[in-house]
Amino acid sequence: MTLRSDLNLIQQWIQPNSQVLDLGCGQGELLEFLKYQKACQVYGLEIHPDSIVSCVEKGLSVIEHDLNNGLKHFKDGSVDTVVMTQALQAVRRPDLLLDDMLRVGKEAIITFPNFGYWRTRLYLMSKGAMPMSKTLPYNWYDTPNIHMCTFHDFENLCRDKQLTILDRTVVDSTHEESLSTRLWPNLLGEIAMYRVTR
Amino acid sequence: MPQDIPANSVGVVTPQIATFDEPLELRSGKVLESYQLVYETYGELNADKSNAVLICHALSGHHHAAGYHSMDDKKPGWWDSCIGPGKAIDTNKFFVIALNNLGGCHGSTGPTSINPATGEPYGSDFPMVRVRDWVESQARLADYLGIEKFAAVVGGSLGGMQALRWSIQYPERLHYSVVIASAPKLSAQNIAFNEVARNAIMKDPEFHDGHYLKHNTLPKAGLMQARMLAHLTYLSDDAMGEKFGRDMKSDEVRYDYSPEFEVESYLHYQGEKFSTTFDANTYLLMTKALDYFDPAQYYENDLAKCLSHAQCKFLVVSFTTDWRFSPERSEEIVDALIEADKEVTYARIESEKGHDAFLIPIPRYVSLFSAYMNRVAKELAL
Repeated sequence: MTLRSDLNLIQQWIQPNSQVLDLGCGQGELLEFLKYQKACQVYGLEIHPDSIVSCVEKGLSVIEHDLNNGLKHFKDGSVDTVVMTQALQAVRRPDLLLDDMLRVGKEAIITFPNFGYWRTRLYLMSKGAMPMSKTLPYNWYDTPNIHMCTFHDFENLCRDKQLTILDRTVVDSTHEESLSTRLWPNLLGEIAMYRVTR
Repeated sequence: MPQDIPANSVGVVTPQIATFDEPLELRSGKVLESYQLVYETYGELNADKSNAVLICHALSGHHHAAGYHSMDDKKPGWWDSCIGPGKAIDTNKFFVIALNNLGGCHGSTGPTSINPATGEPYGSDFPMVRVRDWVESQARLADYLGIEKFAAVVGGSLGGMQALRWSIQYPERLHYSVVIASAPKLSAQNIAFNEVARNAIMKDPEFHDGHYLKHNTLPKAGLMQARMLAHLTYLSDDAMGEKFGRDMKSDEVRYDYSPEFEVESYLHYQGEKFSTTFDANTYLLMTKALDYFDPAQYYENDLAKCLSHAQCKFLVVSFTTDWRFSPERSEEIVDALIEADKEVTYARIESEKGHDAFLIPIPRYVSLFSAYMNRVAKELAL
């Protein structure tokens, strides 16, 4: 079983036999790996009907839920890790959801497209239009990504909330880490990945 | 008449009767010395008897869930859309059992049966039956059929309550519980609707304290009122709007109080039909079983604590415009299951059909239900 490389990076941050909640779990690739390869107890939240069916086919516990309504199904401290891949920028209040993630979980793992990526900056500067790319394939008016942020923005939010960043990495669009992304993450990293705790 | 039985139908089926002579002590303290349950089965029981699925019916349901009783039948069983070869509950894989609950009026012992003590119909002397009593009687039917553990217990509405009750009453006897359009207990509003329905029946002059059969009559008007009211609660505003709007039977306004709007005719027709085919005492009994259902009350009103006894996995499904048992009611079950660390999948199906949606083959609902039942078959290696 091979995982998409960003999910493979995430799974390394998750302890075997732990409890994991995946927000916007999609077709359940990460949860399937964690359930069957790392014996984790997993729940996924998802809103797309076809993705829910895919999760059911994989034998996963998936709850239909809109992340904009917070994590009310879960009690405080009910799981070890709450994961959210590529959804932070698409919810109405990322800051409140981040609070809720750390209410429910001891740790949160978050990935999002870094709007400070050099190509995005170049696109805006040269074309004077909202950037579109393989990672950001939408028009400004129909994009689900309503709260784009940069690597710096997210770290500022963590600082304001007095969260501890346990791990961070940035990767390029093929989800590979390199020396250059490590040196200039906000400029050269296309996708930011964080592990935080309160 | 079905001109041809469709290929994905279970075909012509024959109800069977199981008789039980071991007394059944009911929650109320009363005892049924002997009773019978009428049931149907679809598909084949496998050699190790591991592929059985129990279907629990809702308020007005019965044992005829799928297929036809004869080639003259106009309609198939009430859940034919979901039970059959290749359907969500695939009879190529599962052995499906559907019964009429105790207290029913379709062949299982109930108020219209003869009371052996008096030689006359029980009428209102038939003891009140609660959901746990149904589960007990269903477990005895499972024993009778040699089934130790169900692959799944499945039900919608009041049937979902039985599926939920199974998970804590006989946790070791089911692998999966499927709870559709249900609730962990009735709200005050739900109980109020039931009380209005019961009052309509009991105030009917033909009711005779529930002994109408002795008087060779039926409280038809009361039962009709009850059904008309209940029927409203099964539909959504949108569904009624779409089906009837403000359509009238004639172009001229009549200025009288007989049914003029199509929705009125429809309700009258439904009520009338029901009042001649359903037993009023059964109706009273079923609504009371609904009202009393509250498994968490024995666990300090903590549903999570109550469900922590379950050993099965759960599928919970709700429908967006169901206002009788709204999605929030299903989510109470989901939240409690999560808190109790149970495996649960939950879907909130978009539908304009109200509570009735659970009987309608809405594509998204069927696809999810099929996927889940396939998972059941796969995990149990059926």
